Amino acid sequence: MLKTANPQRDIAQMEKAVPHPRYLEAFRWMLQTRVFEEKLTSLYRGGMITGGVYVGRGQEAVSAACGMFLQKGDVFAPLIRDQAGRAAFGEPLLNVARTYLGSRQGTMRGRDGNIHRGYPETGQLAMISHLGAMIAVVAGKLLGKRMKGEKGFVGLTTIGEGGMQTGATHEGMNIAAVEKVPLVLVASNNHWAYSTPNDREFVCANLVDRARGYGYEGHTVDGTDLAASLEVIARAVARARAGGPPQLVVASLLRLAGHGEHDDASYVPPKMRQEPWAADCVLKTEKLILDHGWLDEATLKQWRAEFSSEVEKAVATAQVEAGPVGHEEDWCALSTRRLVDLIS
Amino acid sequence: MSVTYLEAIREAQSRLLREDERVFIYGQDIAGKFGGAFKATKGLAEKFPGRVLNTPISEDAMVGTAIGAAMEGMRPIVEMQFADFSSIALNQILNNAGTQYWRTNIPCPITIRLPSGGTKGSGPFHSQSMESIYAHYPGLVVMTPATVEDAYTMLLDAVAIDDPVIYCEHKYLYYHLKAEALPNESLPVGRARIVRPGRDLTVVSNSAMMHEALAVARQLSREGIEIEVVDLRTVKPLDTATVLSSVARTGRLLCVGETFPWGGVTAEVIARVTSEGFHLLDAAPARLNSKDTPIPYHPNLWETHRPNAEAIAARARQILAE
Repeated sequence: MLKTANPQRDIAQMEKAVPHPRYLEAFRWMLQTRVFEEKLTSLYRGGMITGGVYVGRGQEAVSAACGMFLQKGDVFAPLIRDQAGRAAFGEPLLNVARTYLGSRQGTMRGRDGNIHRGYPETGQLAMISHLGAMIAVVAGKLLGKRMKGEKGFVGLTTIGEGGMQTGATHEGMNIAAVEKVPLVLVASNNHWAYSTPNDREFVCANLVDRARGYGYEGHTVDGTDLAASLEVIARAVARARAGGPPQLVVASLLRLAGHGEHDDASYVPPKMRQEPWAADCVLKTEKLILDHGWLDEATLKQWRAEFSSEVEKAVATAQVEAGPVGHEEDWCALSTRRLVDLIS
Repeated sequence: MSVTYLEAIREAQSRLLREDERVFIYGQDIAGKFGGAFKATKGLAEKFPGRVLNTPISEDAMVGTAIGAAMEGMRPIVEMQFADFSSIALNQILNNAGTQYWRTNIPCPITIRLPSGGTKGSGPFHSQSMESIYAHYPGLVVMTPATVEDAYTMLLDAVAIDDPVIYCEHKYLYYHLKAEALPNESLPVGRARIVRPGRDLTVVSNSAMMHEALAVARQLSREGIEIEVVDLRTVKPLDTATVLSSVARTGRLLCVGETFPWGGVTAEVIARVTSEGFHLLDAAPARLNSKDTPIPYHPNLWETHRPNAEAIAARARQILAE
């Protein structure tokens, strides 16, 4: 999972001192994501990426935690800002680059792009844009697993406070509870649904209050605090795995980017950026690590260099690969080829 | 012994549950002694414990859950209480189920049963035929069985297919349509059937409209007019070849459908015939659909809203007079 020269040694040394046993491992996923997404943004601004780029800036701590406590056989349905969690669950960096850059060798083969990538065969689902739709799909995966006699599995899916307001989210959350499946829903309140602030999204005091209404166990967490995010999400996953009711985790944080990289987020009032929940979790964690001496500057520098080189390599590989070709595409939306409707 | 259209659907589901452990049925009020609003699953929950499951009134989540289960290798059948309510699940059907294979290479074998079409007194929200909407979107197979035999074999086919299937069963046919026995085999999926041969006019129909077309064919036959009735069976894929071969024999075409008139199955058939078989036509092709209003409640209005035998006969005479 960790690919530095000797990250295990770095981490092992500090294991006892850090606030969570997997703290430094999580920070590696966060840092890798930050380095990668900065590269994606610059490629986008340079006109090298068609479509959009959607980053998880400010949400890396929560996202990493979402991917880290899942195991083989579990289900993970990430959403728009989950690069860190996707990587932690096992997504190869190269496929992210291939998908963003439209390589025909990417798993989506140019048929879908950016954050819509997924690997259903590994348990990592490919999101659709319609918010809340994946909750019921995860519930169905879990129901299917139970019907097949599997045991000990959980499903985790993420959403934002924006997506929490759709009908699909309501139906999906409720049906998961009715089916008593081991679902964990991690909702990051990043305070903006594209350009719409919380006061036009919902009026309950805290979204976690909804947990009780759905028969879920609810948890809140400061999403800028890596140790707390790890602890709370690990606990929610463990509760679901142990047969508890579905879990709702509501993390508070600020989206530190636009909705996508086409959006400068100029509508975010500067005052909001001073809120405690508006901190940059990557910088905050890095500072804590250095202040406590859990790692030294040289090691962090080495980690960054290593991620930069990994990212450059993935991008360079994907960039020279051919894109899909219209006339070579089979244009067939059914797996049952004899049932394709032919219009001449 | 005789079997109704509704019993054929129940029997098909019973056989599927018995023979394929991956199959389960998911829908509102389908379990327990109740057995569904139309009793299409009556007795099945007792016979197959844990495999006929009641759901909350959550059409979107019912289909979403079925998609997830299908990805796990199950073969869910979703029963919508009425086709009309599948509009709540459009997003899951069109955007999730319909795109999944193309996007991820993982098939999505779900079957969604839609109790479709008008019956007296059912009104705007319990009468709709939605095959045209589903056929418009990629990634779905759309079936509209018109006979007891097809209701049975096509439901077996639907569950065997690795892709999402929208199975439109017509409520008007549930009780009064009967067959002597259930068949062991049928035409392949995607093949239309010439229900009645004729030389003067091809009437292309599907679902309950096939029976109206047949009634007209019998009636006009007494006047020496021979109508060839085609039952599309599946509207997607659409069996253009069978329709064209019929028009080649008759030179005239009328398409009848219960769906609303703007676009849809009848328009598609005419577009294909005019495009691919213009030279076969001796008269302008015509189509007859329901009226472009919501479906009325009162029987007097409903009888006129949908194409009935009288309207079909009148339109047929017009085409034949050209």
